[in-house]
Amino acid sequence: MIRASVTLGLAVGAFAVSFGVGAVSAGASTLQACAMSLLVFTGASQFSAVSVIAAGGSVASALGGALLLSARNGVYGLAMSRHLKGRLGTRLVAAQLTLDESTAMALAQDDEDARRVAFWATGLSVYVFWNVGALVGALLGTAIDPATYGLDAAFPAAFVAMLWPHLRSRRGRSAAALGAVICLALVPFVPVGVPILGAVLAVLVGVPRSDDGADEIPATEQ
Amino acid sequence: MTWALVLGLAAGSYAFKVLGLVIIGDRTPPRVLDRCLTLIPAALIAALIVKDTFSTGQDLGLDARAVGVAGAVIAAWRKAPLVVVIGVAAALTAAVRAAG
Repeated sequence: MIRASVTLGLAVGAFAVSFGVGAVSAGASTLQACAMSLLVFTGASQFSAVSVIAAGGSVASALGGALLLSARNGVYGLAMSRHLKGRLGTRLVAAQLTLDESTAMALAQDDEDARRVAFWATGLSVYVFWNVGALVGALLGTAIDPATYGLDAAFPAAFVAMLWPHLRSRRGRSAAALGAVICLALVPFVPVGVPILGAVLAVLVGVPRSDDGADEIPATEQ
Repeated sequence: MTWALVLGLAAGSYAFKVLGLVIIGDRTPPRVLDRCLTLIPAALIAALIVKDTFSTGQDLGLDARAVGVAGAVIAAWRKAPLVVVIGVAAALTAAVRAAG
């Protein structure tokens, strides 16, 4: 599991390099690119903010879109809170590490201890590699084109690997399929980032009680 | 790029995280809510996959990324390690781009 966390961190780090490159080409200083990665630490939000600014958007529109994207971390926090008990200080640190990768890796585990280890290992690994990657990218400036190396496909590929355990249950498959459909249906009509929020409606497939319990999500089985 | 954007986004993003994990999250949700909450990663990760694969901004389309992600799906289905899943996707995407 630790190796999976480090591997994921490396992949994210490679993506962070492209963030650093993009941020600098959008007019950020190296310090700003690094501060954003250290303090915001929400990949999609950072990419969104940079791409709006790069396209000539206002600070307000860049901020709005990026915050919409980061709202899902609050939802991840809700899902993780049952598994991350402890002192307030610890939880405030955990909050900063609550994001796609750490939540998905934790919820893919089968017991509570493994979930906590997966959350912290993945969160810290991603934090370190993300910030090192952003620094490297900012220093590289415009020298690298991520698309040439296919690095833009690394992100959805990592999500594919993370999604896999959730497809073991019928409900998980339904929620995933519906989430994907909602997202694609919304993409052309709403601002970038909103389709991801809309996809959360797919969890409503969890409302009806299952007859035999056989299609419960694996992550909830104790 | 301004510091207002960097710091505003930092504050807002952290506020969302704390709100979910620390402020609201401490209570035990009813079972129906629990069933729905555990489905969140499935729904949102699937959405992130299709967004990152088929969209550029608000435009939908098929490009080299779709080939790469299809390769990732096959690799994941064959239980390949994460680094292989990602490597296959990046290599296929880069190859299709280079060929096209």
